[in-house]
Amino acid sequence: MREIQQLLEEIEVLRGLEPAQAKLISGCGRNVVLEDGEPLMRAGDTATSFFALRRGTVAIELLPSVGPPLVIETLHAGDVVGWSWLFEPYLTQFDVRARGSVGAIEFDGACLRGKCEADHSLGYELMRRFSELISSRLQATRMRLLDVYGSPPAGTR
Amino acid sequence: MSDMTPAAYRVTANEPETADTRTLTMEPLSGERLSYQAGQFTMLYAFGGGEVPISISGDPTPGQPLVQTVRALGAGTQSICRLESGEQIGVRGPFGRGWPDLSELEGDLLLIAGGLGLAPLRPALYEALRRPANRGRVTLLYGGREPEQLLFREELDRWRASREIDCELIVDIAGANWHGSVGVVPSLIERTAIDPATTSALVCGPEVMMRYAADALLARGLAASRIHASLERNMRCAVGHCGHCQWGASFICRDGPVLEWSVIGPRLGVREL
Repeated sequence: MREIQQLLEEIEVLRGLEPAQAKLISGCGRNVVLEDGEPLMRAGDTATSFFALRRGTVAIELLPSVGPPLVIETLHAGDVVGWSWLFEPYLTQFDVRARGSVGAIEFDGACLRGKCEADHSLGYELMRRFSELISSRLQATRMRLLDVYGSPPAGTR
Repeated sequence: MSDMTPAAYRVTANEPETADTRTLTMEPLSGERLSYQAGQFTMLYAFGGGEVPISISGDPTPGQPLVQTVRALGAGTQSICRLESGEQIGVRGPFGRGWPDLSELEGDLLLIAGGLGLAPLRPALYEALRRPANRGRVTLLYGGREPEQLLFREELDRWRASREIDCELIVDIAGANWHGSVGVVPSLIERTAIDPATTSALVCGPEVMMRYAADALLARGLAASRIHASLERNMRCAVGHCGHCQWGASFICRDGPVLEWSVIGPRLGVREL
């Protein structure tokens, strides 16, 4: 069985870390398997962890006040789910649910924050990588805000 | 007959694709069916409703009826969408430069469509499916606003179920019963296996989507000359005379609508062009 430190190479945001940093981060992770429909996170809960997806798909869901849940994004093998563990008030914003069987590494947020406090170069590296991730998700969100498929072009025939 | 004179066609079928989009099948009154290349367009003229450029969405094999998919957006397209079986329509064309000849393209094919952009790509997909399997893989990445707005759902389901083609669908938002992806088309490109040295990409959709898709392809190492995109501009005469669709040194109706990204990319960065 492969060590978690080796499995980090499968996760885009954690790939290519210095071996010492990878070892520190791995100490906060554990392998988990989630069944179809099983929740990874629930909106409003304290954000205690994040998941690095090794296989399968998860859906980020929003429960409207009326009607069934809406899927606002799906994430796949190689993606990371959750960054609320990084920022106060450590509150999960959306429901996240497994679609089919999902294999992931679950990282303990408090454990990682503690290591980042103790080792600022690790903290900087992790924050830099998560900032890139958040930035790319923000760009994708902006693209969707444009509603490119919905609005007719100017001078519509 | 002059390029400027519409030929009379009869609508033989008008099928709904989505709430505002229909696919029309048309036969010429002359009995002589149109020959065209995948990616070309015609000017459709609903009598009394005006003339509009519409991409051909049917099988480009010679001898097939003319099939075009139209979204009812303005007065002209609404008139066309309202036509019933048996009614007449005027057709000029085919016009423009279509997709590259897929029978001559070696290597993998990556077809990337957004929204109504699957309509001009469907003829290329039919051609791609006829290529011998050893010529390379065929992958379709298709994005839309929501599942109900995706075109050609029955064919998409068939393509997804078949092993002839890798087909990935993505929408901006969906209910929990949607089994495809939710997000943006470039995210599909990021997780698709691509050999940049042998892959050719055909892209059609809203211009913003195409820009992001091309950026993602370039980031994966594809040369701009291997990316082909279909542009939409204000085509009127369709033969490069009136200048309405002029874009830099090109008339989109004559030199396009399909152009290489090596031509398109630099121009998209020029303000007010």
